Amino acid sequence: MLRFALKRAVAAVLVLFAISVLVFLIFFATPGADPAARIAGRNASQETLQQVRESFGFDKPLPVQYALMMRHLFIDRDLTSFVNRGVEVIPQIKQAIPITLSLVIGAAIIWMFFGILMGVAATAGRGSAVDPLIMIIGVIGVSLPVYWLGEVVNLMTQSRLHDSFFSWVPPLGYAPLSSGVWNWASHLIMPWMTLAVLYAGIYARVLRSEMVGAMNEEYVRMARAKGISERRVLWRHAFRTSLIAIVSLFGLDFGALIGGAALLSEVVFGLQGVGKLTYDSLQNFDLPVILGCVMYAAFFVVLANFLVDLVYALLDPRVRHV
Amino acid sequence: MAIGTTEVLSTPATQSAGPWRTAWRDLRRNKVAMGSIIVLIVIFAACLAAPLYASSVMHLDAFTSNLDGKFTVNGVTGPVMQSSDTGLGLGVNPIGPTWLWNNFFLGADNQGRDVMSRLLYGGRNSLVIGLVSATLCCALAGFIGIVSGYFGGGLDAVLSRGLDVLWAFPVYLLAICLSVVLINQSLTIGPITLNSGSIILPILIIGVIYVPYVARPIRGQVMSLREREFVQASVGAGATDARLLRREILPNVLPTLIVFLPLMTAINMLTESALSFLSIGVQPPDASWGTIINDGVGLLYTRPMVAIAPGVMLAITAVALNLLGDGVRDALDPKARLRGAV
Repeated sequence: MLRFALKRAVAAVLVLFAISVLVFLIFFATPGADPAARIAGRNASQETLQQVRESFGFDKPLPVQYALMMRHLFIDRDLTSFVNRGVEVIPQIKQAIPITLSLVIGAAIIWMFFGILMGVAATAGRGSAVDPLIMIIGVIGVSLPVYWLGEVVNLMTQSRLHDSFFSWVPPLGYAPLSSGVWNWASHLIMPWMTLAVLYAGIYARVLRSEMVGAMNEEYVRMARAKGISERRVLWRHAFRTSLIAIVSLFGLDFGALIGGAALLSEVVFGLQGVGKLTYDSLQNFDLPVILGCVMYAAFFVVLANFLVDLVYALLDPRVRHV
Repeated sequence: MAIGTTEVLSTPATQSAGPWRTAWRDLRRNKVAMGSIIVLIVIFAACLAAPLYASSVMHLDAFTSNLDGKFTVNGVTGPVMQSSDTGLGLGVNPIGPTWLWNNFFLGADNQGRDVMSRLLYGGRNSLVIGLVSATLCCALAGFIGIVSGYFGGGLDAVLSRGLDVLWAFPVYLLAICLSVVLINQSLTIGPITLNSGSIILPILIIGVIYVPYVARPIRGQVMSLREREFVQASVGAGATDARLLRREILPNVLPTLIVFLPLMTAINMLTESALSFLSIGVQPPDASWGTIINDGVGLLYTRPMVAIAPGVMLAITAVALNLLGDGVRDALDPKARLRGAV
């Protein structure tokens, strides 16, 4: 087991390294992508371009540039923004993390609750109208563009119904937990719900198909033959075995969202989280911030993958020998 | 899983139809899937008719700004851009929906252009990008998955590591990184030059980022196919790699790829719209449903229909594609499953 974990850890580090190189290449070595030109502006003269190249170190060979940037990011931890010179990258990311965490954890609780509820209810309601109805709701949830749903929610809560039903919804933005629990939560309830709609749909669909599969297994027939109640079969036998698929999916989705995949929700609801920071830095072509954010995001995705693999190997010893 | 194995075993040989025909028969009996196909055909046809609608019904070009335009409803003529009736009464608002087919059915956008015409034109781009990139993605993933799973060894190691790296990259971040770098400049690869703002760029970007999601299950499927008896029998009979791939592997992988196609189209359309919403997808003056939603955000509280309409179209199309995908899966390969993508 330890050997398996070590092998996986090494692979994870290699993937992180490859991602850092990939991002670096995307921004520095794509044909026609000249960071100096982006920083200097559209109509910059040749001299200005040359100045920019020298002052940002773009005239050095690519591997040297890469090594320098990585040293500043990970060893000296003093990488600074290209656009707002003097502003360090790492504190910016640190500042954004609590906002993203608040958004994603709240949304995750809601979507796990509704996803499991819908998946189990659909399985239990097979053969009746309940199952197709829940699955249609799930499909609609999966098919709605999340940013659009966010804008419609804003339209309702900030404008159309703001004077009546949604008068308790504060203006867009984030309030830290230290300003009071209700103040914090009321700012986030709408973003939570919006983000959860998509994932609740996905989880309900995955859980239902897993559980329907499990209901046809021998051990479920056995449990029934023993005379166990249908409810107990559903929860103790079908649900528990199907949970493995949900948990591994959850690990990956949660990792990606913490890493900034909630970007669209953050942009729409004006939350200055990691996703929004990434987006803003991309708009300004602020390479050090982009690199910092992407490495941060990749770290969480790789970590989630690693943990999921590990949990799998713990549950199923056969995996360790692959 | 080989397709139709159980049917073939359980039905008498005289009645057995080919797996494709069986699948098509199942699909035709599936009312939800058939309904989805009809909805998709209607949306396709409407979007194809966009130039016809703009020129013959609306009589207004959908791409040139129309700030000084006029409209006439019930004999009353007024400017398309009206002075604001909210707040301090400063500035102008485009007219809202008239619900008249020939006269700003969904209102005008902030350039005074007809939203309905742009919705139809935008649908063309959204559909084309979704479909072509999904096809590209499935073809590429099929190729990588088959090569990697069949030949194994060093080639598999390299390809799998490559997929791992892409997989660990949150898709939206990867798409956004690539788009930001590529979208504002023309790209020259060898003899081919892509103009900036060409919709080929979003197609390529979206086509590539989802490759691991499809290639991984295909690779696993090919690896288990290699161990199956019918493949081993073929190997024993002295079949070449080319023959094995063509006659044994590909026919068994193809259904899975076809199942992925409608699902990937839906996901890709949503991704395209998200990129366009962030103004790094389809570039003006071209439109897609995502860019129209982006246009509509500025008018959200005064003329919400500009943003609502394209979102509704996108949602209807994606629901139809997902339901069709479920139907195709039930008909072809009940085991295929796509990891829920963001």
